[in-house]
Parts: sequence; structure tokens; C-alpha cells
Amino acid sequence: MTQDGSKTNGHGPLPVEELDRVTIRFAGDSGDGMQLAGLQFTNTSAVFGNDVSTIPDFPAEIRAPAGSIPGVSAFQVSFSSYDIHTPGDEPDVLVAMNPAALKAHLADLPKGGLLIVNTDEFTEANLKKAVYPANPLEDGSLAGWRVIRAPITTMNARALKESGLNTKQIDRSKNLFALGLMFWLYERPIEPTVRWINDKFGKNPQVRDANIATMKAGYNFGETAELFPATYRVPPAHLPPGHYRNVTGNELTALGFLAASKLSGLPLFYGSYPITPASDILQELARFKNFGVKTFQAEDEIAAIGSAIGAAFGGSLGLTGTSGPGLALKSEALGLAVMVEVPLVVAMVQRSGPSTGMPTKTDQADLLQSMFGRNGECQVAIVAPATPAECFDMAIEAFRIAVTHMTPTIFLSDGYLGTGAEPWRIPNIADLPRIEAKFASDPARFKPYARDPETLAREWAIPGTPGLEHRIGGLEKADITGNVSYDAENHNKMVHLRAEKVARIENDIPELEIEGPQSGELLVLGWGSTYGAIYTAVQRAQARGLSVSQAHIRYLSPFPRNVGDVLSRFDKVLIPELNLGQLSLLIRAKFLVDAQTLNKVSGRPFLTREIEAKIYELVGAGSKVSV
Amino acid sequence: MTTETRDNPIIPLQRKDFVSDQEVRWCPGCGDYSILAQTQKLMPDLGVPRENIVFISGIGCSSRLPYYMNTYGFHSIHGRAPTIASGLKMTRPELQVFVITGDGDGLSIGGNHLLHVMRRNVDLTIVLFNNRIYGLTKGQYSPTSEFGKRTKSSPLGSIDYPLNPISVAIGSEATFAARSLDIDQAHLMRTLERGAKHKGTSFIEVYQNCNVFNDGAYMEFADKSVRADRVLFLEHGKPMVFGKDGDKGIRLNGMQPEIVQLGNGVTEADLLVHDETRADPSYAFILSRMHWPEFPEPLGIFRAIERPTYDAMMQDQVDEARKTMGEGDLAAMMAEGDTWIVE
Repeated sequence: MTQDGSKTNGHGPLPVEELDRVTIRFAGDSGDGMQLAGLQFTNTSAVFGNDVSTIPDFPAEIRAPAGSIPGVSAFQVSFSSYDIHTPGDEPDVLVAMNPAALKAHLADLPKGGLLIVNTDEFTEANLKKAVYPANPLEDGSLAGWRVIRAPITTMNARALKESGLNTKQIDRSKNLFALGLMFWLYERPIEPTVRWINDKFGKNPQVRDANIATMKAGYNFGETAELFPATYRVPPAHLPPGHYRNVTGNELTALGFLAASKLSGLPLFYGSYPITPASDILQELARFKNFGVKTFQAEDEIAAIGSAIGAAFGGSLGLTGTSGPGLALKSEALGLAVMVEVPLVVAMVQRSGPSTGMPTKTDQADLLQSMFGRNGECQVAIVAPATPAECFDMAIEAFRIAVTHMTPTIFLSDGYLGTGAEPWRIPNIADLPRIEAKFASDPARFKPYARDPETLAREWAIPGTPGLEHRIGGLEKADITGNVSYDAENHNKMVHLRAEKVARIENDIPELEIEGPQSGELLVLGWGSTYGAIYTAVQRAQARGLSVSQAHIRYLSPFPRNVGDVLSRFDKVLIPELNLGQLSLLIRAKFLVDAQTLNKVSGRPFLTREIEAKIYELVGAGSKVSV
Repeated sequence: MTTETRDNPIIPLQRKDFVSDQEVRWCPGCGDYSILAQTQKLMPDLGVPRENIVFISGIGCSSRLPYYMNTYGFHSIHGRAPTIASGLKMTRPELQVFVITGDGDGLSIGGNHLLHVMRRNVDLTIVLFNNRIYGLTKGQYSPTSEFGKRTKSSPLGSIDYPLNPISVAIGSEATFAARSLDIDQAHLMRTLERGAKHKGTSFIEVYQNCNVFNDGAYMEFADKSVRADRVLFLEHGKPMVFGKDGDKGIRLNGMQPEIVQLGNGVTEADLLVHDETRADPSYAFILSRMHWPEFPEPLGIFRAIERPTYDAMMQDQVDEARKTMGEGDLAAMMAEGDTWIVE
């Protein structure tokens, strides 16, 4: 850098272009460390003060054949000087580490976009694996893009010639060379990543030093190689004041459950079976042993929920977690938890189905499974975070509801929220809600199925309490006594009581808020991870003067009590969902509203412009938006 | 009950204190009555406060037992009792937790859980009522039914090879595996007591008669008139002698057990001496393969070894983490890693 802060390319200062938002997609082989490069870039940008939003896109296979298209792993990060809510519809910059990455992602890069290519990997063999008949670097097919040719593999090897690492180890560091180059191009500090490398590889000084060296080499390469006509600056965003941290939804989910344990004073137990994309939660919670958290990797999904029910029966915060097919396996046990009325929470991180589907891709197609996927009349409470940051709050809400109302509760997230990251304003613990568990203790008064007159919750009577010895189970219970009952009238009453207990949670949750004008032509109603795309689309439509508002449901069972009123304030209702119309089915059935649907089930989140186009179709557009 | 009497019982509890107010609804003559009676009788001897005892069951005739015990109880879903019991024991290690299951519940629909709970050595006492039939669903063959058994669902004879529950337990690394008989009350009581006091998973198979759908399942060797000649009672540290005159024994010929007649130069010194504490499970496995009529049917404790329990190790990890890292600080954990301040 020169003294005035601008950079040089050896022939004088490079111009610096100021941008308010940039979206970069890192793409390479799944062994190339693209997720790591993306995460470090994100974290650095967040620490720098930008708003960030990310979406990883990786194959389910750990190592598909190297150089093949199925083996391509990508990470998209959008960073900005203003408040953003999505990782961007398409990238401005594509970093392609090999021909397969170029082939898989080029179509998403708009013409004129910046394309940074690792030329070293464009060998005959790799071109063949990516099914390129000719080398795209030579046949003119990339003419529409601004192509930067960087020999990343050889530059990295040169930088690490003296490192003492073997060729294979050296090659594994090339993602950090590319990262260093990107840091230079976007004026990012390298210190956060240096700190991270020191933490991660402190015990292996050779690897640590090599990683730092190649990242710096990448940075310096940008400065000296005369590849770029300019560098770019994205100034910090004006986020609300506070203490921030960049973190993924799954990490915040685990933190939220940990907070619930602190707020309730009850130990947290997590029984889980590894499943993409929920496994992060198990791994995170396993780190919290000094908080008294116990994690149990069960033999299967059923054992996972069974153990959590056992823990809840014993007075702990019983938690299990899973994704689509796992919830199907847990459904019988979830019904048992409904019958015995213990405060169990199921963290459900949706992925593309049906069956095994696409484990690393996102959908919202398990709303109805969560709502109805059990035998019998079997209501549970359901909460759904709308953003990665909200995963923290809704995890606490899940346990607050479960414990207060003695009901199983599903925390319904998805892969996009779980693996996506954004700046999180760290809350004050004093501002978080308290969770008050009331345990039965008086033998003279205790009846296993007596209920709180207001909430209809039964008492939490745990083993070890003298004089409260009683039996619970999956057979129908007699009202009050909890004894086994096959009485027709009793069954009818109990079915209604259990349903009413869940319905009354509406008195204990916030009302649905309308964002934008409180009435008008169109309401865009959503739930879960579509929030960011809907928000951005509605903002744009409002900016064009259209009468459009947004409402996002975080409490799906029961619904907030004013949903009917909110719907009635608008001429039309649009419900965009990553399924074939599951919330819209419920809204239509419950409120007799002719809700319009916008459905997409591609394993990917909505693009803002897809929702925007539908809004214009429904309320007319000032100008056309192409999709 | 006050705290004082709980910790230091002044009036010892009796069997009747463990009888619940629920009417027992097994068929008259069912072997389950005897198991229930011995279980209730055992409770006062455990020295555990009643409120700290929990019975957890799955589905089937056997799994009704918790309703009849005046303790904490949980009648859960088919095959899953070990999972619920594991979760309870992991979070409340001070509780004495029993799992009540059957041949269908434990070995068919719940086979996976049974295998894993035993290899983990969760401190649970698992009592598997083996009547070799599905009773509650009215008479279909079970995973322990004999090959060729004709039942309502196998009118031409079952073509399922049966499982041997003790072999399964030993193969699953159980630290305690035992077998008893519903109609031998004294033996059953002793076996249940040993199992309940064992630290770790104790697996107890009880041969149990279903007088409605599989009557006389074990009568050929279990009947009192022939039992002495046809049953081998395993006793730790003692040579394997059986027969009403105590004149027959079991000798090991290589890996193969054989019956020998004592006398004519064969003495007790030649016989296999039972050692339930052998670390190598092969020995207990060999015993588990002995069956009437080729051999006397072995009853008793096949294996009882010490190994740290899962629940205790889990608690140890928590205690150790608290000791080395200090009690968790939520505010610090929330602000972990790179953070920044926006003014």
C-alpha cells in the first residue's frame, strides 16, 4: 500500500472503486477447501463491519471423484455497506479453482461479471473430467466476462517450496492463496484469518506457517501481478449499535438451547443421531460439557428421541434433533411424548426430500410432516426461525413453550438457515425471557393428569420426588388420575384437552406483525428461511410505490391469534414457499382465504427477483422485472 | 414421607409398599404373576428409596408390569424402553432403573436398542420375559420361537431360525447375563437381586410360560419332577454338577462341553468350574449354546464382570470439564471467537 492508502501495481496507484455490495462465489473441488475460504472471507468481512449473508453449496458426497462436476463445492458470500437479507441472487465474482467448478457455476455469473480462474488446473485431463470439448480459456467462450487468469496452483507451490511440506500438503493450501488474493482485491485485513490459523494449527507449526505464508503470497501476488485494473472497497455497514459476531444458524441454535438451560436452571440433554444438515448442533452442544450439557450420540433416530423423552421425564430439558427422514423415524415416539405430556423439544433442520432426497440442499417441505405426521390427533407446538440470527431466539422460545405448557415442541429450521451465517448482535442475558419450570412436590394434592386451569398443562412430576410415585405411558389416560382408560367419553375428552392445551399457547406468544402499511392491496405471507428474499422483494416493490406489505409467521402451531385479522386487511395474499404449498394449505383451510401461492422446490432458496416478479404479477408493476 | 425417613428408613418398606392400586390383568395362570411377585418382594431389599425406583417397559404382556409396581413407571412404545431408560439414567444416575421387556419387544422390534444399551453398559436392569410367542397379539411366532413352530402366523411351521437371548447379550458385550425360570421363585429372586445390584447393564432372561398361547414351553426341563436332571444351575466357583443324585457333570473337551457320569475315575476335579467373571466372553458364550435335550438347560449367571458404566462416565466428563474449564459462562460463550462493536 502507498501512503495515501491506495494500492499499486508497480506502475503507480491502482484506482479504488467503492461499491455498496459485492457477492462472491468460491467454487472448487470438494477437496479444495472452498467452504473454509468462504467462511474466512465472511468472517473477515463481518469483523470489518460489513453486513454479510452466506449460502454454502456443497455435495453430499465427502469426496466425489476429484475434478468431476458432482465433486464441486461452492460457497457464496454477499457483503455490503447496508443492511442485507439474502446472500444475493447471483454472484458478481466467481472464483473457479478448476474446469468443473467453472462449468458448474458459470451460468450463474452475469455477463460482465468478474471471473477469477486458476489456470493451472485447466489441463487436458481436468477438462475431460469436466466434459469440456475445448479449453474455455482458449476458445473465446468466456469473452462476455472479465476473466482474470491466475496460476494459483503453481504460485502456491512456489510460495511453499521451502516449507518442508510434501507436494500433496502444499497443494491443500492453495485455497489460502486464493483467499489472500481476494483479501487484497477487496481491501480486507488478513489478521482475523492469521489468528484463526494460529488457533487451528498452533500444534503443527509447519502447517501453520505454510498457511500464513501462502495467504500472504496470494495477497502480494494481487499487488504485484498487474492482473487487476482496480481494487474494490465496500465500506462498513450501519448496523444497529451493539456487540456483534458472525455465526451460522446451527451454531446459534445450539447456543439458544444452551441459553434455555441457563434461563431455566435445568440441565440440557441432547440425544441425536448424525444427520445432514443437523449434525452441527450435536457437535456444538458436545463442546458445552462444563455447562452441565450431556450429549448422547444414539444408535438411531428412534433411540435419540427416546433418550430425550427419558431425560424430560427425569426433569432435564430433553432435546433431540434431526432432519426430514429422521423426523419420520421419530414420529411414533413424538406421539408418546404428546400422550405423556413431557416438555420435549425436537430441533428439525429441513432438507430436500422425499426419502433421502438431497441432504445438503434446502426445502421447506416438512411443515405438514411436523404439523400432522403422527398417528391419532396429535398436536405439538411448532416455532420457526426466519433468519440464522433468529435461531437463537426461537430455540429459547421452543423450550419456554415446552416447559410452560408441558408439550412437545418442534423447532423448525432448514439447511439454508442452519448453514448460512450472518452478523448476530449478541444479546444481554438479562434481556432474555425466563423459563420457569414448576415441579410437583405435594403428595397430598398431586394427580398425574390434573391440569393448570389456565394453560391446561399437567404438572411435571419427576422420579425421585417422594410420594408422587405414579405410572405414565402411551395408552390413553383417564382424566385427572392418569390411569389407563378405554372409556369412550374419557377418550373424547382427552383428545380435546390435549388439542386445547396446544391451542391455548396462542395466549403466550406475540401477535403476527405486519411489516409495511397495515392494510393494502397485497400481503406477502411467509414462514422460515424465505424471510430475507421476501423482505428484499417487498422493499423493492414498496420503493416502486406498490401497496405491498409483509408478515412472517414464526409460530406455526398454534398460529398467533391475530392471523385472521391480518389476512383480512389485504385484498390479496401471496404465500411463497419452498414446497408445493403447505402453509398456503393451512391458511386456506383455517381462514378460508384465497391465498395465491409461489412455489419452488429446487433445493435452493428463492431469488429475490422470483418473488418480486410474482408481486408485480399480482399487483401490477411500474416496470417489468425479468426472471 | 419426610426427608429424614427417606434417607434413613425407620420403618423398613415391605412388599405391600410396592404393590400399586391397579388391578393385575394378566391371564390367570400366567408366568408373569410370579415374576411380578418376586420383583415386588425384592424391592425392600435393594435399600433404595421407593421414589428413586423406576420401571420402564415397551409393549407386550410383560410390559404391563410397571402399572402394578408402586414406584415411578413408564409404559412406553414397542421396543423402545431401553432408549427412554438410557436417557433417564444418563441424566439421573442416582435412580435405580429397570427395563421390562419380552422376546418380541426386546429382540424383534427393539433388537437394535437392546444390542446398543448392553454394549454401552448403561447401569440398567433389563428383565426379558421369554415366552417364545406373541401373547398380546394372540399367538404369532416370536424371534425366540423354535424352528418349525406352528402358530397362527406360521400354520406350516416357522422358517425363522430363533435367536438365543443369552448369546445375543454376550455378543453385545453385556457385563451381566443371566437366565432364570418363572416357576423357580427362589432362583428368580436371587437372580433378580444380583442383576439389580450389578453396576452396568444386567440382562436377565426369564423363561416364562404363556399358558394360553404357548403352554408348557419349558415344561420338558422346567417341570419340578424332572428339573434336577435336566437343568444345570450355574454357581460361581463350583464345578458343574447336576442330576437329582448329583452324579453328572459337564466337562470341557476342547471348545466342546460334554456330559460325564461321575465315578469310575471321573471326579468333580475333572469338571468345568463355573467362573462368571472371566473377561473373555467365549466361555460364557459356549455355555449359552447348551440346551435341553442335548445338555441340561443352564440357569443362573453366565457372566458378571466389572466395567465402568456409560452413565457414570458421562457424568465424569461433565464433572471433569467443570473442574478444568470452570462452570460454563454463557455470556463468554455467546461472545466466543471474532467479535466487533458497532458504535
